[in-house]
Amino acid sequence: MSSIAGFLKGNFLPGQSRSCDTTGLPVCNTASLYIRLNAVIAVVSLLIGAIAAILIALTRWPAVHLLPAEWFYRFLTVHGFNMLIFWIIFLEIGILYFVATTLLNSRLFSKAIAAISFALMLIGMIMVNAMIFTGQADVLFTSYVPLMAHPLFYLGIILFAVGALLGVANFFLTIHIARRDKTYEGPFPLVVFGAITAAVIAVVTILHGAVVLIPTLLWSAGLLETIDPGFYRVVWWGLGHMSQQINVAAMISVWYFMFSLIVGAKPLNHAVCRGAFILYILFINLASAHHLLVDPGVSTEWKIWNTSYAMYLAVLASMLHGFTVPGALEVAMRKKGYRQGLFGWLAAAPWSNPGFSGVFMAMVMFGFIGGITGVTIGTEQISIITHNTLKLPAHFHGTVVAGTTLTFMALAYYVVPLIFQKDWYAKGLLRLQPYIFAIGIFTVIIGMQFAGSAGIPRRHWDISFAGTPIPITPMESGWLALVGIGGVIAFLGLLIFLLATVATVFFGRSNKGRPMEDWGGVKDISAGAGTWTKEDDHKTPGTWALVMILLTCFVVYFFANWKALADVWWVH
Amino acid sequence: MSFMIPEKDWFKAPDKGEKSWIAIGFIWCLVLFFSMPIWHIYGKQNSSSESYRVKPEDFSARVMKFVETNSIGKDGNTPIVQPKPGGHAYVMGGGYIWYPILKLKKGNEYILHISSTDYQHGFSLQGEAGINMNFQILPGYDHVLKITPTTSGTFNIVCNEFCGARHHVMTGKILVED
Repeated sequence: MSSIAGFLKGNFLPGQSRSCDTTGLPVCNTASLYIRLNAVIAVVSLLIGAIAAILIALTRWPAVHLLPAEWFYRFLTVHGFNMLIFWIIFLEIGILYFVATTLLNSRLFSKAIAAISFALMLIGMIMVNAMIFTGQADVLFTSYVPLMAHPLFYLGIILFAVGALLGVANFFLTIHIARRDKTYEGPFPLVVFGAITAAVIAVVTILHGAVVLIPTLLWSAGLLETIDPGFYRVVWWGLGHMSQQINVAAMISVWYFMFSLIVGAKPLNHAVCRGAFILYILFINLASAHHLLVDPGVSTEWKIWNTSYAMYLAVLASMLHGFTVPGALEVAMRKKGYRQGLFGWLAAAPWSNPGFSGVFMAMVMFGFIGGITGVTIGTEQISIITHNTLKLPAHFHGTVVAGTTLTFMALAYYVVPLIFQKDWYAKGLLRLQPYIFAIGIFTVIIGMQFAGSAGIPRRHWDISFAGTPIPITPMESGWLALVGIGGVIAFLGLLIFLLATVATVFFGRSNKGRPMEDWGGVKDISAGAGTWTKEDDHKTPGTWALVMILLTCFVVYFFANWKALADVWWVH
Repeated sequence: MSFMIPEKDWFKAPDKGEKSWIAIGFIWCLVLFFSMPIWHIYGKQNSSSESYRVKPEDFSARVMKFVETNSIGKDGNTPIVQPKPGGHAYVMGGGYIWYPILKLKKGNEYILHISSTDYQHGFSLQGEAGINMNFQILPGYDHVLKITPTTSGTFNIVCNEFCGARHHVMTGKILVED
């Protein structure tokens, strides 16, 4: 492996590693096995979550109103756990194993820890799902006390969290042996740095989970008399919100990774990119206050300081990545010779490569939808007109679905051929898949956003309120219909992905001994494009145009919400 | 490449363009931040910092007394209660209902106490002209809001925090007269 820059002699045991036939990077066999196992269960969770999603969306569409109330809330609980926790965390453990081994030229620290971690997570996942499906945990994702579920439900979450913590420990220990055995020299690659950020946030997240869920388990088992609902909310959101910040850090690492892999992008500036990740570690946890802005028991000063991540330093971090990720792409494309106008580089990007199109659309939707709405509805006073309305799920479907899930699907277009060593079936259809999914989820979000602006609550079975004379306008029904229609389209996009993945992983043609069938990259046409100077490494006019559009949308949306707030009753 | 070990001289100060974006971003972050304290000074809609611990049975007793002294009629089985302008008013969430119905006068401030006798609830005021205001209600906490209706008419209260199998039928009412 010494031919790869920065790599020294790996610490692999004989016969326990291979060299990737496409990239030449080393692959640890044990890591590879557990990446595959975690990825398979992640996809199973995605399937369960997706079936729940379509049933929920078709229930909120007033003209369809599919499920009875009891099953609506039950599937909502199923949807929350499988999508927000199981699908994403299983895949992230796989990503951590990949990053620490292949990118640092090291073997995985321990096969036993990987096995125990995987087993605990799987048992936890099965327990939680079993409790929900048998109607013993109709408490939704947040399981706010004093709503009570069966003790095995809380125990399942705790086992899953312990398993995840062991996986994260295996990641840190792998980095430790890589450094000890000097398998590489120099600082961490940026993607490893981002993964470490995600792992640190994961540890803090899981500790919050322990503090809140162990007492809740005892209470549910009758060993503890009460849990204070205010205490529960403060600490639970240290788990609930922060688990989604693990995704942010992991997702942005994947963006850097994919643009490097497909287009050869390099970080614009290591110090800026790494500094932004450090800002996440330091400040992003405070965002759990976003959920408590209209709560009793917490003071105004507490709300303002925490909801702002200490003067928005974590928002600054996202704005930096929002500049450096597309900036790195632009410089790489210009360097390859695509130098026409502001957006010539973007027009020439490999849009038929689902790895690229998925990541790019995820980036745009995460920033323009998830980011802008999240910061705005997380403003102390604006929460008065948004708390628990459909504007909330509109925000986090922008971050977690349009952002993280789309990114991870795009990543899968490379994981399957490189780690599972199978070439894809139905490549033509899969080139369209990210677009179908993106259109679907975008439609869902627009419907939720406008329905939420009209005050329609989230997590609610029937907005006609069982016949009470609360007027629902045709316009509001229309926005909810969009949620249903978008849900159908997104589900179709997801189904194409899931079926193709299962077919390819289990029955696909092996590509062992040869490079993967390429999705298509970018041809280097720089020969006739003139000279490239050192200054050109930082020239990003197209990215500047994009971020100025983003900032303009941000300013408009932010002040429009203040305007809407100014129109309601006075309160203090 | 972002997944490769960086070159030896990887640590460089940000370029001029990068510095400009950091500066623009930071200024915007300050605008976001200071908008909140500024609205506390000049704005009319601010979340309340006032809340008290209260046992659900004590809160319930206070609500009953409030209803007894200020009741002016009934809508079905639910009493309609008219508090004095500037006085205390109570709304209790529990058993899938918001209790009682309040009758308020537009333009007057009321000290509104809201709490729950069972689970967590979302107090979501819904009315014409796009009025929608939401507050979290917890059992054991008396959430105090000094509230001034600025529009008149019939306003519905729905529950927007999941509170059990019949969460979606939990409604209530506030009447505001000119």
